[in-house]
Amino acid sequence: MTNPVQTLTKSVTVNDNPFMKPVEWLSLALLAGVILVVLPMLLDSFRLNLVGKYLTYAFVALGLVICWGYAGILSLGQGCFFGLGGYCMAMYLKLEASSVANTKIQSTPGIPDFMDWNQITAIPWFWQPFKSLPLTLILVVAVPVLFAMLISFAMFKRRVGGTYFAIITQAIAAILTILIVGQQGYTGGINGITDLRTLHGWDIRTDSAKTILYFVNGGLLIACILAAQYVKKSKLGRILVAMRDKEDRVRFSGYSVAGFKVFAFCFAAGLAAIGGAMFTLQVGFMSPSFVGIVPSIEMVIYAAVGGRLSLFGAVWGTLLVNWAKTSFSESFPDLWLFGLGALFIAVVLAFPNGLAGIWREQIEPRLTRRVKGLRAPPPAIVPPHGAPAE
Amino acid sequence: MNAAILSSPVVGAEAAPPDHLLAVEALTVSFDGFKAVNDVSFYVEPDEIRVIIGPNGAGKTTVLDLICGRTRASAGSIRYKGQELTKLSESAIVQAGVGRKFQTPSIYDDLTVFENLEISFPRGRSVFGALTFKRDAEVRDRIHAIAETIFLKDQLKERAEFLSHGQKQWLEIGMLLIQDPELLMLDEPVAGMSVGERIKTAELLNQIIKGRSVLVIEHDMKFVEDIAHRVTVLHQGKVLSEGSMERVKNDPKVIEVYLGH
Repeated sequence: MTNPVQTLTKSVTVNDNPFMKPVEWLSLALLAGVILVVLPMLLDSFRLNLVGKYLTYAFVALGLVICWGYAGILSLGQGCFFGLGGYCMAMYLKLEASSVANTKIQSTPGIPDFMDWNQITAIPWFWQPFKSLPLTLILVVAVPVLFAMLISFAMFKRRVGGTYFAIITQAIAAILTILIVGQQGYTGGINGITDLRTLHGWDIRTDSAKTILYFVNGGLLIACILAAQYVKKSKLGRILVAMRDKEDRVRFSGYSVAGFKVFAFCFAAGLAAIGGAMFTLQVGFMSPSFVGIVPSIEMVIYAAVGGRLSLFGAVWGTLLVNWAKTSFSESFPDLWLFGLGALFIAVVLAFPNGLAGIWREQIEPRLTRRVKGLRAPPPAIVPPHGAPAE
Repeated sequence: MNAAILSSPVVGAEAAPPDHLLAVEALTVSFDGFKAVNDVSFYVEPDEIRVIIGPNGAGKTTVLDLICGRTRASAGSIRYKGQELTKLSESAIVQAGVGRKFQTPSIYDDLTVFENLEISFPRGRSVFGALTFKRDAEVRDRIHAIAETIFLKDQLKERAEFLSHGQKQWLEIGMLLIQDPELLMLDEPVAGMSVGERIKTAELLNQIIKGRSVLVIEHDMKFVEDIAHRVTVLHQGKVLSEGSMERVKNDPKVIEVYLGH
């Protein structure tokens, strides 16, 4: 039973649970370097804005790593939360763009144009809070999180999970789309909320504003990675993993499982909402085409391709798939969806842990061997695991 | 204290005498008309080691499932320190001080031995508590002490899925120990173990049962004789006999259905 490896392991007094391992700090530095330094240097303002748009999806993918990868809750309705966050931001921007001066040709000046077209003469009550910027910034996260809390609490208290939960989230995405499209006078309908101009008086349509928003977006993304890392690294993160495999056992360790699932789902919803709001700011509109089933499934694919257990993998996966989407759909617009489907199947069958899995299993061991080989004589042959007796 | 309670006029037939740690009364559960547990009553005292024996299908595991809240009772009551358990959630029952070990080792394969024990540490069980949980000296010391007890101190950093069957059983016992339950329920703790592991487990159990009540299901009669204070025999969902091992062994009803063949 004794094992020479054990004598090599570090003493327990050192911090065996650091916030991030050196290799993770390196990954973060690499990602931050690429997003905040390399890409802005290489790309023109149009392409940079495009990358900024891709990165807003990375917020959703990050949330999915926690919710799907760690907690095992597959949500096929993340578009709801992305969309709600985006709509909240768009409502503020739209109200600001619909000043009396800007809309004096309407039959009711001072209200959004689509309301005027739909014979609505006053701003509805649920639009009122979006007159204030601080309130909007709170609601951007609060509305989707409360919505997620409502859904997940109802489901998880009744112990609805797995495939059923995934299908219900998908149905909710479909319902929300239909609702938004149907209530044209209140939501802008199928066109969404368009013609957004200024954020608290600052014109967001100029190139310089777009560049600044790109950096704000990048900074927020890094902050969200750190927040997700904190969750992942906390005991809560380990409880999520434990729950994914043996939900029942977690109950008998004294935890109320539903509460932890609700947290994971709401956390993912909150991240998606931040992404949605940044999308609206950078792209200049929000429409139901980012809420429904297709975008929701695409977002799951980003996380799957990047690696559903890796925060950095999810960001790289999002960038890669979106870059491929743009290049592909420019040349073969009809084939893209097939390509995306094939990619998803290939990843699930061949690389269940995505790009991050390939990195961790194929590339990293070789690199460490190389680095260790330079630093120290090769260690004695070590069995893969301690001393399994069977 | 007893005398005071007994002389008190407010004690009705409903109230559990406070000296029972666990009072199971008229417990019944029926699955589609089949009564897996039928009108079972028994009492476990503080520091008592009670073994439940009985042939397959007697309802032994179901009784433990009912106590820990995994299965809901159709009728009857389970009172633990005077608190009714039949209405509580599984996690609330654990927090009240009842720990359960399952028949097949039920541990978290993807986590290390250390993390398995850490999750079972009775602190930070709310969402916020788990987010802000600190792995401080108290937690570390306790985990190391428990790991030493369960013979796994050299395996702390190993993923639990790579442990042997016996080691997994010990780990689960360790996960219970760290919860420090007053009532410990063990479902066949030595089943599927090698002879060496059995001896070590018996030694381990003898060490950990001090200062708590233990409810054990076991088939190994030698083992039962070694540890049991009292034995309850279940047969077809009913209590067939109860008492010391000596008494139960000589009960003609028990001999007929269980020991005699």
